[in-house]
Amino acid sequence: MRNRKRTGWRRYVNGVSISTLITALFILLPLYWLVATSFKDPNSIGNSPPSLTPTPLSGGNYSNAFVGYDFGIYFRNSLIVTIGATALVLILGTLAGYALGRLPMRGKFTTLVILLMISVFPEVAVIAPLYLLMRNIGWLNSYQALILPYTAFNLPFAIWILRNYFLGIPKEMEETGRIDGASPLRTVWTIVLPQALPGLFTAGIFCFTACWTEFLMALTFNSSNNYRTIPVGIAEFGGNFQVPYGTIFAASVVAVVPIGVLVFVFRKFVISGLTSGAVKG
Amino acid sequence: MATVSLEKINKVYENGFHAVKDLSLDIADGEFMVLVGPSGCGKTTALRMVAGLEDITTGILRIGGKEANDETPKQRDIAMVFQNYALYPHMTVADNIGFALKLRKLSKAQVKAKVEEAAEILGLTDWLDRKPGQLSGGQRQRVAMGRAIVREPAVFLMDEPLSNLDAKLRVQMRAEVARIQRRIGVSTIYVTHDQTEAMTMGDRVTVLRSGELQQVDTPQNLYDNPDNIFVAAFIGSPAMNLYDAGLGEGARTLKLGSQELPLPEAVVRKRPGLLAYAGRDVVAGLRPEHLPAATTSPDGSHLAGKVDLVEALGSELVVHFTIDAHRVLAEGAVDKDEAAAVQHGEGVARVAAKTPVKPGDTLLFAVDYEDMQFFDPNSGLAIRG
Repeated sequence: MRNRKRTGWRRYVNGVSISTLITALFILLPLYWLVATSFKDPNSIGNSPPSLTPTPLSGGNYSNAFVGYDFGIYFRNSLIVTIGATALVLILGTLAGYALGRLPMRGKFTTLVILLMISVFPEVAVIAPLYLLMRNIGWLNSYQALILPYTAFNLPFAIWILRNYFLGIPKEMEETGRIDGASPLRTVWTIVLPQALPGLFTAGIFCFTACWTEFLMALTFNSSNNYRTIPVGIAEFGGNFQVPYGTIFAASVVAVVPIGVLVFVFRKFVISGLTSGAVKG
Repeated sequence: MATVSLEKINKVYENGFHAVKDLSLDIADGEFMVLVGPSGCGKTTALRMVAGLEDITTGILRIGGKEANDETPKQRDIAMVFQNYALYPHMTVADNIGFALKLRKLSKAQVKAKVEEAAEILGLTDWLDRKPGQLSGGQRQRVAMGRAIVREPAVFLMDEPLSNLDAKLRVQMRAEVARIQRRIGVSTIYVTHDQTEAMTMGDRVTVLRSGELQQVDTPQNLYDNPDNIFVAAFIGSPAMNLYDAGLGEGARTLKLGSQELPLPEAVVRKRPGLLAYAGRDVVAGLRPEHLPAATTSPDGSHLAGKVDLVEALGSELVVHFTIDAHRVLAEGAVDKDEAAAVQHGEGVARVAAKTPVKPGDTLLFAVDYEDMQFFDPNSGLAIRG
């Protein structure tokens, strides 16, 4: 009969599950290829036909990246710049988000609209004047040349996320704190922030990812090897006559690991931070 | 402990909405004052103005005799319990209760001692290490009270703290809150929309409607001598039966629909103002318990009603009846469902449990004329002296 129920593995053979499988493979196969190739012997990467598995398993590409190509320096620089910008974004974003959400002030809506406009502004439109500015104040090839612009470009998004999260916390909690004698700053630190942690994690992870993978400003402002970050560093691995694919793949895997770990560990907060924000009562 | 005095307090919002109009009220030291009224009557706004959470547009607020208009909530030395408790979910019960004391920079030992004392009064000693999420509604409500008590404030403010509890727990907690307030002896302003809470808890009750004060009095006096139709209909459950009626010559007869009832002389002696309404229309009010079933033969003084519904409560019967008089409804005093049910002269009476009555019968009521209330049909004010 046509409508007889399927049993066993056949239950899962339908249009939806097949499309999902194809989409997942589309996304995961390149990642698999990246990781697998990074562990292949440098001399066997260009083999034709290419092998699906890294046999024999080799760590040569990784040691080449760190020893032969200064990847350790790029990793350090990326960490400093990304953590610095993320910390600034979270501190300023918390204070601004709370003020725009809760404190009595004029022009809140105008400020929020301006912030929104900044957040969609294309980086490439301001790169030239920013370069001139950095050159004039002597900040080219420095950490602050990246930390401050990264902060500026990521702050609007963080403010929006955090403001919406603060609005979801019942006003009565802050009013109770006010009645008890807590200052606005104390209220934010002791009462509001502990409840807004998912929002903080969301804003933090998005900012971290954006800063970690940013290319244009890192290439333009920090041309010196000592201040290069990972995206620029990997792009410069290729020489005139050869492209060390294995080394590039190994460096890329190392670059992806921190993001992957962060997003995986805090995935619940990321989802709730994006979907929360409805004002209660 | 302190007195609270509101002198012609007004609150007008930026959009022009006049939420509280010329409210003047005095709360004595240690008094339990209840603000009651339908939704939107301005009771919560008034409370928040006392707390300092809303600005006062005009008028003077005094706490402990001192003008407090420009003082911050902390400076006013008040403690507030909100409807949704507003407990900090990431702190334990002990930390929630002790938060205000930590802000005052008391030592850890002092904070611990005061928290334990408050916990003992409220029966929370075994729950001090729990978080609010692990507590029942009643326990959370007690933690909210503990947070207020431990402050030893001059005034307690409570904004419908029992509204989130189920009916049975609400009855239990009503007694708890009243007991705690008597024990602590702090002046308390308690806001509720539930007139049963108001009547059972308050030393005095303030009835508000659309931002205006209707009457301030003891619960019993509000019940027995309402100043206007709104208070008469709002206080008491089931609500007072209010009808358009006509007073006869010398205020000795009352025409209710097609029935003419004799008014005893005692009624006019008690309310001499009725004489000015002789031959004119009035609004007559009778509480359900003032319409017992007649036990004597008809003598012209009984009110006849056609029975629609009989509800047996065990201790008494609640009889829904109809007469051919026009029922008066005070807007906002009863909810929409009750209003829809009393369109055409329906009334409610409370009669003895063993009264032989069933729907469809015509029942004679022995009207308790001396407890009848009379109101001016235009102004709604009570007719008295």
